[in-house]
Amino acid sequence: MQSMNIKLTINTRKYEMDVDVRKSLMDLLRELGYTSVKHGCGVGECGACTVLVDDIPIDSCLYLATWANNTAIRTTEGECRDGKLSAVQDAYVEEGAVQCGFCTPGLIMTTTSFLEKNKGKDLSREEIKTGHAGNLCRCTGYQTIINAVETASKK
Amino acid sequence: MFPIEKYHFASSAEDAVQALAADEKAKIIAGGTDVLVRLHGGNSDYGRLVDINGLSELKEIKIDGEGNILIGALATFTEIMEHEAIKGHVPVIAESLATIGGPQVRNSGTMGGNICNGAVSADSACAALIHEFDLIIEGPEGERTESINGFHTGPGRTILQKGDLLKYFCVRPVNYEGFSASYYKYAMRGAMDIATIGCGAAVKMKSDIIETLKLAFTVAAPTPIRCRNAEKAIENKKLTEETLQTMVDALEEDVKPRDSWRASKDFRLHLIRTLAKKVTRQAVENQGGMG
Repeated sequence: MQSMNIKLTINTRKYEMDVDVRKSLMDLLRELGYTSVKHGCGVGECGACTVLVDDIPIDSCLYLATWANNTAIRTTEGECRDGKLSAVQDAYVEEGAVQCGFCTPGLIMTTTSFLEKNKGKDLSREEIKTGHAGNLCRCTGYQTIINAVETASKK
Repeated sequence: MFPIEKYHFASSAEDAVQALAADEKAKIIAGGTDVLVRLHGGNSDYGRLVDINGLSELKEIKIDGEGNILIGALATFTEIMEHEAIKGHVPVIAESLATIGGPQVRNSGTMGGNICNGAVSADSACAALIHEFDLIIEGPEGERTESINGFHTGPGRTILQKGDLLKYFCVRPVNYEGFSASYYKYAMRGAMDIATIGCGAAVKMKSDIIETLKLAFTVAAPTPIRCRNAEKAIENKKLTEETLQTMVDALEEDVKPRDSWRASKDFRLHLIRTLAKKVTRQAVENQGGMG
């Protein structure tokens, strides 16, 4: 099958490689060891595979790996720097916003971009919900997740 | 891996048209939020793809020298919603796109795809109909312009022919200047859902008289529709409970809702009557008229 040569940055590391055109970005990232990127529904409903492409959150299961050419990808692994959690990761721990944990990496990336985009704004819980509508938590731990976003927004 | 049999990454609009014209079964992939879902489900109709994501000129959103608002077929829902020209001149487009899926889907999906895949429930279709979008299409015979009026021909079907590529939408000043508009999506959930019924209205007022009304629905017929009978029934009249009722009575001639597992025909008719009044009233209110 056809492949395409792509160059991309994942967190801080640069890559150049040939990728099969049939592959999703989610599959590529998991094969490279970024297993925080979860394979949930595979159809863009659950958000467990959310990563940032040039700081924009997308469902990596509905994104061809070739489209990542010349972009910078951020996954939850990269938000932790020198062994120190990011403010968002810290807030999730602080608020106990993790139950089974499967949805957490995707949510961390959605929250990270949501707070970068709304920096300095006073956010209502309703706005937080709307901003996180693309991520499902099947344990239904939404209250603590919203608490974590509120806490992170004040850090 | 997606079951893709053949893949062509287009280098220009002409190249895409050539690839599409050369292969009867070729389909365009843009944002991928529909095509990749179908491929994920093993739908072999989508196995031969022409990828237009390299055509950066189709991502542009701008106003030209004549006041035409141009929206590239590849611009994502989020890029359109957040664009100053859209928010300033045609805010109902932004309002409609905000109801689609969730943030991630809006960051990938395109209005080009939403209109061209012919979905009866397309959330951008009401805005396209009430602002009477023109579609600039590149085909094997060259460039041509088609109107959104009559563009949809059936569920999942449009007038697009083999080899056609939508390049951009054009909203002419005559179709947005002096208009105020509103959109309401009725769905079972607050996000990540498909419309049970979608309704859009644009009005132009002359003091307290409705000079022009453009009313459109999704999921109210086998295609997104404009409601010409209802529009005529209220034109050159004041907005009152009586004139709204006259409009709703005329509306029955325009719509043809159906029973499906999502909702019954009767419930849809109820929604259509209710939303026609609500959305028309809101559009008038948005113009600063009495609501």
